[in-house]
Amino acid sequence: MKRISVAGIELDIDIRGNGPPMLYLHPEHYAHLHEPFINKLAEHWRVFVPRHPGFDGRWPPSQFQNVGDLSYLYLDLLDQLDLVEVTLLGASFGGWISLEMAVRNTMRLKSLELIAPIGVKLGDREKFDFADLSALPDDEVASALFSETIVDLGKFNETQLLGVAQDRQFLAYYGWKPHLHNPSLAYWLHRIDVPIRLIWGQNDGYVKSDYGLHLAERLRDAEFCAIPGAGHYPQIEKLDETISALLVSAGG
Amino acid sequence: MKVWHFSEMAYHPAWEELGDSLRNTIPSSVYDPKVGADLYHRYLDEWALCDELGINIMVNEHHTTATCATSVCTIPMAILARETKKVRLLCLGMPIANRMDAVRVAEEYAMLDVISRGRLEMGFVKGAPFEVWPANSNPATLMERFWEAHDLILKALTTHDGPFNWEGKHFHYRQVNVWPRPYQFPHPPIWMTVMSPGSAAEAGSRGYSIASLNTGYLRTPEIFEGYRKAAADAGREAPTERFGYLAIVGVGDTDEEGKRRADQILDYSRTTPRAASQFWFPPGYTSNEITAQMLHNRGPNMIPLRNGGQFEMQFGTVDEFIDAGVAFAGTPDTVFEQIKEFHQHVGGLGQLLMMGQGGHISHDDTVGNLRLFSKEVLPRLSDL
Repeated sequence: MKRISVAGIELDIDIRGNGPPMLYLHPEHYAHLHEPFINKLAEHWRVFVPRHPGFDGRWPPSQFQNVGDLSYLYLDLLDQLDLVEVTLLGASFGGWISLEMAVRNTMRLKSLELIAPIGVKLGDREKFDFADLSALPDDEVASALFSETIVDLGKFNETQLLGVAQDRQFLAYYGWKPHLHNPSLAYWLHRIDVPIRLIWGQNDGYVKSDYGLHLAERLRDAEFCAIPGAGHYPQIEKLDETISALLVSAGG
Repeated sequence: MKVWHFSEMAYHPAWEELGDSLRNTIPSSVYDPKVGADLYHRYLDEWALCDELGINIMVNEHHTTATCATSVCTIPMAILARETKKVRLLCLGMPIANRMDAVRVAEEYAMLDVISRGRLEMGFVKGAPFEVWPANSNPATLMERFWEAHDLILKALTTHDGPFNWEGKHFHYRQVNVWPRPYQFPHPPIWMTVMSPGSAAEAGSRGYSIASLNTGYLRTPEIFEGYRKAAADAGREAPTERFGYLAIVGVGDTDEEGKRRADQILDYSRTTPRAASQFWFPPGYTSNEITAQMLHNRGPNMIPLRNGGQFEMQFGTVDEFIDAGVAFAGTPDTVFEQIKEFHQHVGGLGQLLMMGQGGHISHDDTVGNLRLFSKEVLPRLSDL
């Protein structure tokens, strides 16, 4: 992990592997459980993994408030690193940031790979597109996020628990109201002019795969890939299948 | 020492049916408006009685809960501003980080102050963690919003030369121009609730009154000390009248009667922990270090005893609550001695926020409690 300065923000970034460039924007929960996934990505790509401001334990500048700000930060990062033909991979909250980037500028992108992204409101005003995990008891949160994996917080060490608290705080910081979406984003999805792959755990209880199919219909050039036996984080629960899906799409 | 009577206007008839959770997700179908109307009138009558008893009045607010049916603190206060003539009126308080229209808060407070002819005291509170959901208030930025609301409300109450604009981080107004202006100058006194030396310090550095809520015999001294130190650092006085403490009070002709009354009121304390676990720690509401500890080991709410032991808040006996300094109960003599001891122990208590009604205590017992307190305890407290 190194720290670089981008647009006045001190950004922690992990850079691993060799191959074509990939920017991976992490999801909202359980950073350390994603380590095996990042290692696998590094076998095929030179993968750049920034830690979102706030999730890194440092308070963002006062004017840095929303997912649009995160998207500009990472567009600036691509400029600064002068990366081209980038595979942009975003999972869940990271998928939301990726969509916000892609509606703004795809010049440096080769393709957009999204694992169960949040951020686009498609349903009506009285239906959650994204379950409100904040109001669910722990066992229902677990079954919304995972198909089979048991995540036992009792086995997390102090740093990992602090990470969980920080992640929850900054998911709220960026996405509390409106609930995990940008009301305008659905309107601009047509601007995304690179191929898009949507990867979805079939048993996702946080963002249902039916929503994913609906989202795919709203995107110009999107394929949908369901992963059986996985919940919201197929990259944790079905690592090899997720990597295979990404490789197919990268080759396609 | 000044005394205030506080009630949460609980809708206790639903408590048994609702079971483990009395907050947030409970259906309002269990609320019978006819029963609720009778209860509202009863509680208002008890507050109105305080005007003749010389006990000041405190109201609060909570949301989506059967423990407190005061969902808007300024509504009972508006009624009491007209029904009473003498006592002071404390809203403690207004959860200003959860009220999305801060100027409306200033308007409500200003109007109350004028109707009551300058008897209002204004509470600004952070609000309980469960309140974040009914307000849909972002918990990650709650205190930032709190202080911006505080600044805006005070400017709105003290600006008298026409409109000003406000383009802050959380509040935006083209024209702030509050009518009426408050009766008291420059504005009604300000209170904050505190639960730790840190929150007491925030109030101390500004010279506001504090109300330490049920923090007990062991924790309250360090909270008051936090206030004194911050006040001194800011070059401010910290007179005893700034220090308030909320306790359950039961007075009777015998110790048994006083304790019975306190025991019934203590169902307020015993119902407080009855909320679903996910609503206790909204993201960012407490420090991440505390949230991380809670993620590891979330036990029941415990209250410390003087001998180093502790008891579970939901199941405590009246004697345990008395020992902990959360309740004062018994005959007038006993209660006076308990309050005096607490006053000396914390280095000076200027405001007793007396929960004289709560839980399952009846109207007759509440009136008996308030009358006896007023007659036998209150006169002695004025010398403390």
